[in-house]
Amino acid sequence: MVGPGRTRCCGPPGAAPAMNCRAEVLEVSVEGRQVEEAMLAVLHTVLLHRSTGKFHYKKEGTYSIGTVGTQDVDCDFIDFAYVRVSSEELDRALRKAVGEFKDALRGSGSDGMGQISLEFYQKKKSRWPFSDECIPWELWTIKVNVVNLANEQERQICREKVGEKLCEKIINIVEVMNRHEYLPKMPTQSEVDNVFDTSLKDVQPYLYKISYQITDSLGTSVTTTMRRLIKDTLAL
Amino acid sequence: MDTDLSSQDRKDLDKFIKFFALKTVQVIVQARLGEKICTRSSSSPTGSDWFNLAIKDIPEVTHEAKKALAGQLPAVGRSMCVEISLKTSEGDSMELEIWCLEMNEKCDKEIKVSYTVYNRLSLLLKSLLAITRVTPAYRLSRKQGHEYVILYRIYFGEVQLSGLGEGFQTVRVGTVGTPVGTITLSCAYRINLAFMSTRQFERTPPIMGIIIDHFVDRPYPSSSPMHPCNYRAGEDNGAVYPSVEDSQEVCTTSFSTSPPSQLSSSRLSYQPAALGVGSADMGYPVLFAGGLHAAHPHQLIGPGKEGGVPPIPSQPAHGTQADQERMCTPLDGVHYSAATPSSSEDTETVSNSSEGKCGSPHDLLETIFVRKVGAFVNKPINQVTMANLDIPFAMFAPKNVELEDNDPMVNPPDSPETESPLQGSLHSEGSSGSSTGNTHDDFVMIDFKPAFSKDDILPMDLGTFYREFQNPPQLSSLSIDIGAQSMAEDLDSLPEKLAVHEKNVKEFDAFVETLQ
Repeated sequence: MVGPGRTRCCGPPGAAPAMNCRAEVLEVSVEGRQVEEAMLAVLHTVLLHRSTGKFHYKKEGTYSIGTVGTQDVDCDFIDFAYVRVSSEELDRALRKAVGEFKDALRGSGSDGMGQISLEFYQKKKSRWPFSDECIPWELWTIKVNVVNLANEQERQICREKVGEKLCEKIINIVEVMNRHEYLPKMPTQSEVDNVFDTSLKDVQPYLYKISYQITDSLGTSVTTTMRRLIKDTLAL
Repeated sequence: MDTDLSSQDRKDLDKFIKFFALKTVQVIVQARLGEKICTRSSSSPTGSDWFNLAIKDIPEVTHEAKKALAGQLPAVGRSMCVEISLKTSEGDSMELEIWCLEMNEKCDKEIKVSYTVYNRLSLLLKSLLAITRVTPAYRLSRKQGHEYVILYRIYFGEVQLSGLGEGFQTVRVGTVGTPVGTITLSCAYRINLAFMSTRQFERTPPIMGIIIDHFVDRPYPSSSPMHPCNYRAGEDNGAVYPSVEDSQEVCTTSFSTSPPSQLSSSRLSYQPAALGVGSADMGYPVLFAGGLHAAHPHQLIGPGKEGGVPPIPSQPAHGTQADQERMCTPLDGVHYSAATPSSSEDTETVSNSSEGKCGSPHDLLETIFVRKVGAFVNKPINQVTMANLDIPFAMFAPKNVELEDNDPMVNPPDSPETESPLQGSLHSEGSSGSSTGNTHDDFVMIDFKPAFSKDDILPMDLGTFYREFQNPPQLSSLSIDIGAQSMAEDLDSLPEKLAVHEKNVKEFDAFVETLQ
């Protein structure tokens, strides 16, 4: 979905990531009301590692970095707590995307299976008339299977089990993060918007986009929605 | 040829490692204070936020950490360890986690200190923030308060993992290579949290003493982060098995020290005594032992005998108070032995009913049914109850009141239990799943299914059933109004009757003479 007058990003929707893009897949089975919290927990944990403080460039080409605060979030429907970056803007953006995903999962044609993807990319400016290229360098995919539970006892067990599963997922994420594999180089001032999302006022995550797919009961993916969550009114 | 580290780089690196160690301790201890942590992001660098992360510095913690480090830095063979332990209000303590900041010899000479190492240390701290919320001790620490507190201890030197019990797990938070070695941050955490029930854990005096004792009698205001004794009555936390609430603690205690086999044997030994009084009495013990709750078994199981319960009021013929008490004893046993290991307070057994009692009555039930002759032989419990559900209600309704009055089980000295067993059975329905899910080597978990807990048999829930039973409508013949009416009528008609009898007095006299 490309709005008019916006810079188009590369590739058709759902295209495979570039060859040296790191891809990680996580799978969770949750009850309907747990979808939101589970997705937020994973996405926030990833973004915690992929956000820095705001850069302040100084004259000599050096820069200083702002401070990233963190806060604990308790889940209501899962026996789980996670840490997220203290940024209301970022939280709002994630909640919006996860909310849409949740609604799509609930919608008709879905048997409760879908996946949400968080992709980090870099922009490579091209000359006119070519549009800028978006080169993904890390892709996180969370596959979700929504289960229906019959009674309160099962729900209680589900609360605990999903909490334990999410703990495992957090450990997996941290393990990947600490491999210290490719990260974009720290950009100069002119290049910073090609690497980081500078639209937020308190933190600076790497450029990212969130998309999701819902699998219908036939097992084919019927909806691919690209949502752009950066203000890429970077439209020059 | 190896490029040696420049002195500036070396100084920077040492400083980074030192502050990294201090911040690591702060993150770990703050994550165990029992409160939600919240710090603000700031777009303008303040210059005092190491690693570009807003991590508060609690002065006492910094002081202790510096004391432990004593001017040294983590190096090969010299690790900085933060030990997190739990201490109950009774003084028992247990190590929960050991967080280790270690250095090994693997060097990365190429790496840039001021930039890459610094950023990677920052990433590692973020990972630490995430991982500290994921180990079992986090949830325990969020619930600390009056029953237990979480303590920390910092030491420097060799890592000591022996206090974590068997089968502890490790999670690696991350590593950062530096020109002088690779920094590794990991956590070893205990998974066997069952010490409280067995109280076998020996106290190991900490080497450096307990740093901060959070245990106080009343909660401190939350503005003072070092005294997080805020009691959180959180939801039952089944995932962490001894999630320490009163009921859970007592529950595990009672369960482990009263294995079902003891109760069964006491039951069996009792039965021969009952046999002598006839088959009706066979129903009697079954009634009592058929479940947790005295009232229910009467109604559900006995009836199959067509007289299972009635024997109770007519019991005096066979003896008695003594008999009644004896019959009650095994069930008393069920109730009380479940609570014995604890201090057998009412409230404890009450709130405990879910798991503490779950195994034994079920076993008892099975035992009895297997041994009984007659209607119940080899019938599964459900069938038995199903077949006989209708009968007792009508028969027993008026007698219930008497039963309960006489029945020491229903009105035992600790009478609150009669209320709670209801909740207990409801609870056990809910928690039997989780309890069976938590298999622990120290406990024998038995899935408790109260005989009539399934609602596909009767379309009413246990609570409704119990309440209806407790408050049956009174028989019309016994109602006072009607009785009073009939008596009034009797009194009214009395003079007439007397008059008639007087008239016939001669006939009566003649009749009497014929008798003599």
